[in-house]
Amino acid sequence: MKDIFVLMEHRRGELREVSLELLSGAAGLGGTVVAVLLGSGADDFAAKAAGLADKVLYVDDPMFENYNAEAYQKALSALIKEHGPGLVLMGHTGHGVDLAPALAVELGAPLVTDITGLEMDGDKPKPVRQYYGGKLDAHMVLKDADLYILTVREATFQAAEPSKSGEVVKVANPVSEDISYRKFVEYVEPEVGEVDITQSALLVGVGRGIREDKNLPLLEELASALGADLAASRAVVDAGWLPADRQVGISGKTVKPKLYLAVGISGAFQHVTGMKGSEFIVAINKDPDAPIFGIAQVGIVDDLLKVVPALTEKIKELKG
Amino acid sequence: MNMVVCVKRVPDTAESEVHIDSSGKGIETGKLSFRMNDADNYAVEEAILIKEKIGGTVNVISIGDEKSDEQIRMALAKGGDEAVRITDPALEGSDGFALAKALAAAVKGMEYDLVLTGALADDDGCAVVGVALAELLGVPHAAYVKKVEVLEDGKRIKVGRELEGGLMEFLEMDLPAVLTIQTGINEPRYASFKGIKAAAKKEIAVKSVADLGLDPSEVGEAGSWAVLESFSYPVVGEKAEILEGDPAETAAKLAAILKEKGLV
Ligand SMILES: Cc1cc2nc3c(=O)[nH]c(=O)nc-3n(C[C@H](O)[C@H](O)[C@H](O)COP(=O)(O)OP(=O)(O)OC[C@H]3O[C@@H](n4cnc5c(N)ncnc54)[C@H](O)[C@@H]3O)c2cc1C
Repeated sequence: MKDIFVLMEHRRGELREVSLELLSGAAGLGGTVVAVLLGSGADDFAAKAAGLADKVLYVDDPMFENYNAEAYQKALSALIKEHGPGLVLMGHTGHGVDLAPALAVELGAPLVTDITGLEMDGDKPKPVRQYYGGKLDAHMVLKDADLYILTVREATFQAAEPSKSGEVVKVANPVSEDISYRKFVEYVEPEVGEVDITQSALLVGVGRGIREDKNLPLLEELASALGADLAASRAVVDAGWLPADRQVGISGKTVKPKLYLAVGISGAFQHVTGMKGSEFIVAINKDPDAPIFGIAQVGIVDDLLKVVPALTEKIKELKG
Repeated sequence: MNMVVCVKRVPDTAESEVHIDSSGKGIETGKLSFRMNDADNYAVEEAILIKEKIGGTVNVISIGDEKSDEQIRMALAKGGDEAVRITDPALEGSDGFALAKALAAAVKGMEYDLVLTGALADDDGCAVVGVALAELLGVPHAAYVKKVEVLEDGKRIKVGRELEGGLMEFLEMDLPAVLTIQTGINEPRYASFKGIKAAAKKEIAVKSVADLGLDPSEVGEAGSWAVLESFSYPVVGEKAEILEGDPAETAAKLAAILKEKGLV
C-alpha cells in the first residue's frame, strides 16, 4: 500500500489535537503514515508527531509560521508530486476546508470532505459522511485515481498515546517564490462578554426553535428560576437574539456544565462538539428525530412554548 | 465592483423527518419545504451591501431546475441585477467538483471582481464548491469568511475568516477572488414589495451544460470525484429517555429528575 500523508495543523504555537487524531486513525489503515509538518521553528511539533507517525516530513520556514492557503498549497502539491502518497488526510477545519478543494483540483485528486468514518479497499478509501445536518449517513464511492484527499471531521478518531518514534526528515522548502496574492495579517480573538458560560454550572441552551426573539423572555425566566445562564446555538447568535459570547460549539465555546438544557436546538455536530462533555444533558424539541436526542440523557418531545413555562412554574414550586 | 453570487435551493430538513427514497440514494421530498441555502442568503446580502457602498453589479447564478427561480428571484428582489440558471439533466448526481466546473464555465463568461458562495450547503454540507471554483478560475480564495472590507484601491480586499473557537484570521487578497461566506456576517434583509414586483419581471437566462461549452461527461456522476452509493440512517447510541405526558406532566417529571440530581 502507498504512503499516507497526514497534514499537521497548528495555530499560534500549538499543534492542534486533530493532527494527532488523524495520525492515530491513519495508523489503522495499512500504509506508512507520514506526518507532513509545514512550520517555522516547530521542532517540538515534529517530535510530537513522530510519536504517532512512521516518518515526519518537516519543512521549517518562516513562510509557514501562520497558515496561508497559497503557501500551503504550493508546498503540499510539490511534496505530494515528489513523494507520491496514495492518500492525504487533513482535518475538516477552518484550515482544511480552505485548502483541500483547491489542492484537489490542482492535482486532479478525488476529494471527499467532512468524513466521519473510513475503511480502505486496498489503496482506495471508502468514506462515510453525513447529509442533512446529521440525519443521514452517505456512503461514498470515489473515482479510481492514484491519489485521494479526505478531510476528516474532528473527533472521528481518538488520539492515541505516543507509541512510535518516526524519523524526522527535514526537507528544504519546495516553495521558492514569494507568496504573492494572499497575505496573512493577524488573528483577532472573539470579544469577551459579561458572562463566561464556560464557568457556568447550569446552562439553558437556546436554539432557533424559539422562532422569534420575543420568546426569549420565556427562556430567561426558566434560566433565572434554575439559577442558570443562557447559552445559544449559532443560529440564535447569527439572528442577533443573543450575543456571540453565548455561542456553544465548534466556532463558539466548549462548555461542561452540570446541566445543559437544550431548548429548540436540533443537535448539529458543530453545536454538540461544544457541549457533549456536559454532565447531564436534557433536550426539549418537537422533532422526535432531532439528533440532540441521541446525546441527551432525558428528553421531552413537545412544543417548547408550552413546556418551558410549565417547567419554570414547577421549578419555582420546588424551590418554594 | 462586479460581483457574482451563487445560490442553491435546498430542502428544509431541520424540523422534518428525512426518509430515504426507493433508489436508496435520494430522499423523499414530497412533504419537505424548500428555501435558499442559509449561508447563500448571507452571501447575497454581502454582495448587495458592497454594491450599495461602492457601486457595481450583482449577478446571480444557480444550478437547479425551474423551481430554483424562486430563490433566484428572491436574490434579485433584494438587489441583484441579472441572473443565470444552469439546468441540465446531465448535472444529476454531480458532486461539489462537478458543480464547480459548471459554475466556473458560467462565471468565465462574465466580468467579475468578486464571486461569493455560501460557506457550505445545508443539504450535503460538503464545503467544496467555492474553493474548487476559485482554483478552476485560477484566482485566490478564502473560505468561512465573516468579514469583508474592500480596500481603497478597489483591487484588493481584507477578509476575516472564522476559525474554531470563533478566532478570526485576517488576510489581504488580490482581486478577482472567490469568498465562501459564513452565516452571521451580516443581517440579511427582507425583500421589499417593490423589489419583489420588479424581480418577477426580470429575465432569468437558462443555460444547458452545452451552452456553457462543457461536455455532459464533465458533470454529473461521470464528472464527479465521488458518487453517493447509498444513504443509511445513522446508528444512534443510547437514545434519551423520553418523558411522556402533556406539558404539565413532562415538566413535572423533568423538575423531579433535576431535583433528584441535586440540580434544583
Ligand atoms: C463552520 C461552521 C461552524 C459552526 N459552528 C457552530 C457553533 O459553534 N455552534 C452552533 O450551535 N452551530 C454551529 N454551526 C451551525 C450548525 O451547523 C447548525 O446550523 C446550528 O447549530 C443550528 O442551530 P439550531 O439547532 O438552533 O437550529 P436548527 O437546526 O434550525 O434547529 C431548530 C430546532 O428547533 C426545533 N423546534 C422548532 N420549533 C420548536 C418548538 N416550538 N418547540 C420545540 N422545538 C422546536 C426543531 O425541531 C429543530 O430541531 C456551524 C456551522 C458551520 C458550517
